[in-house]
Amino acid sequence: MKAKTADQIATAVIYAIAGLVALVLAAMLAFILVRGVPHLSWHFLTAQARSFEVGGGIGIQLFNSFYLLILAMLISFPIALGAAIYLNEYAKPTIWTSMVRTAIEVMSSLPSVVVGLFGFLIFVVKLKLGFSIISGAIALTFFNLPILTRSIETSLSQIPDLQREAGAALGLSRFETVIHIILPASVPSIVTGVVISAGRVFGEAAALIFTAGQSAPSLDFGDWNPFNLASPLSPFRPAETLAVHIWKINSEGIMPDLSLVSAGASAVLIIVVLIFNFSARRLGTLLYKKLTKS
Amino acid sequence: MTDKSQELKPVSDFIPEKAPERYIIPMEDDKHEIALSTEDLQVSYGDKLSLSEGDLRFERYKITSLIGASGSGKSTFLRSLNRMNDGVANVTGHIWYRGLDINSQDIDVYEMRRHIGMVFQRPNPFAKSIYDNITFPLTRRGKYTKAELDEIVETTLKQAALWDQVKDDLNKSALSLSGGQAQRLVIARALALKPDILLLDEPSSALDPISSAKFEDTLLELKKDYTIIIVTHNMQQAARISDYTAFMHQGKVIEYDLTRKIFTRPKVELTNDYISGNFG
Repeated sequence: MKAKTADQIATAVIYAIAGLVALVLAAMLAFILVRGVPHLSWHFLTAQARSFEVGGGIGIQLFNSFYLLILAMLISFPIALGAAIYLNEYAKPTIWTSMVRTAIEVMSSLPSVVVGLFGFLIFVVKLKLGFSIISGAIALTFFNLPILTRSIETSLSQIPDLQREAGAALGLSRFETVIHIILPASVPSIVTGVVISAGRVFGEAAALIFTAGQSAPSLDFGDWNPFNLASPLSPFRPAETLAVHIWKINSEGIMPDLSLVSAGASAVLIIVVLIFNFSARRLGTLLYKKLTKS
Repeated sequence: MTDKSQELKPVSDFIPEKAPERYIIPMEDDKHEIALSTEDLQVSYGDKLSLSEGDLRFERYKITSLIGASGSGKSTFLRSLNRMNDGVANVTGHIWYRGLDINSQDIDVYEMRRHIGMVFQRPNPFAKSIYDNITFPLTRRGKYTKAELDEIVETTLKQAALWDQVKDDLNKSALSLSGGQAQRLVIARALALKPDILLLDEPSSALDPISSAKFEDTLLELKKDYTIIIVTHNMQQAARISDYTAFMHQGKVIEYDLTRKIFTRPKVELTNDYISGNFG
């Protein structure tokens, strides 16, 4: 076979494989959106879920998802940032650092249901936190930490060593260089990583089933005192999220419009995750432009 | 290749039969004001000794060039002078600056580097505005009024011959500058700390010829107030701008003399081979 023919065949095969992947994704998205979007309405997005009647919404679940996401990010981001700074800027290649790296890798490949069960045993049962937002947020932190750490570490390692040398040569300590030079320069790519991992956390169900719980008690949106259990901000109330809700109603839901609610909720979930992913890139580019503005 | 170069090797008239293997210009304290000197400086990476016998004295308000082939140890030597090799290599011996051995463990390295500044081969402005690039290292250590900072920015940018090009864009990101401009900004940033000594590690090798020529003019201007030690691959550059030149080979200073002597009448044969391009 001539080299040219071989090349053409190989190219065609590679295009076909790539096309297949794109097609599978597009088909799944189209299926979910076509089924779910017609059911979306302001009422659906804000109303309480109903267990036995037609016309329930996903209001509380949607709020829970965002609240849990924010809490989980508030806990995991500082830890991930610190770990990433240590690994990329300070750690020397010793047994200890390679152990930390291995630990992160193992953690990132833990099945999320295992993370959930671990969270259940430790936080829900042992520490008596119960099925609560706080238990869920900690479980999500375990789930999120390795990937976020890795992503921030990659962002930091993309800043050339020239910048570190420049800082050192100007009499800045290593810490000053990291905080005032390296971090600001890597903000765009860190933000992209954070938002993408937020999308993953938002769609996570298995880690939350046994930690944040499967019930969404009604909330009093007039009460913003986090210490009242009925308050939306209370971290000690059980909180079924959107992803858990989809799982729950599909396995044991008995409302008559079950398939519509499920389709609508799935569509909302997918749309939010897509918004996260697209805005991550936009936000990163935007920040970078701002940083290098001319 | 080797045969040919041996054929072409000129027999220099002024190198006597018994040429010395090494020559270092004596600099008596009463005739020369010494800004920096090294004594028994040795740099090793792991077990590998990469630099030894680097006893040099650098005169104040002069430009000293370090020349030599790649891997001759000139950059390593330069980077040891303000402890940039800390954590990278093991540096022993003494570096004397104002009566202090700055290679000793008691020295506050961060403070010392504010006296002995360094500019690298590739421009490395921070991802900040032009203005902040210059003021940031200052404000980390001292208190300055806005007027003082403005003044410093203007003075240093003028010294680095960049002021006219950027005076209306001081809030622009430094990353938008061209390579030559960025390198001059980096110089201005180093000057803002008012160092005594500037160490330059092949500072113009990444610049185009025009930027490079401007850069050399800048250095000659700076010589009035600063002691400059520059590593360069470009022998013409060394000949044009420096007062003293040190030729290094395999980790040793082979010859250190007035630039005009090195380039016209080198005392060591190896130096002659190198500057006449007949390195064997």
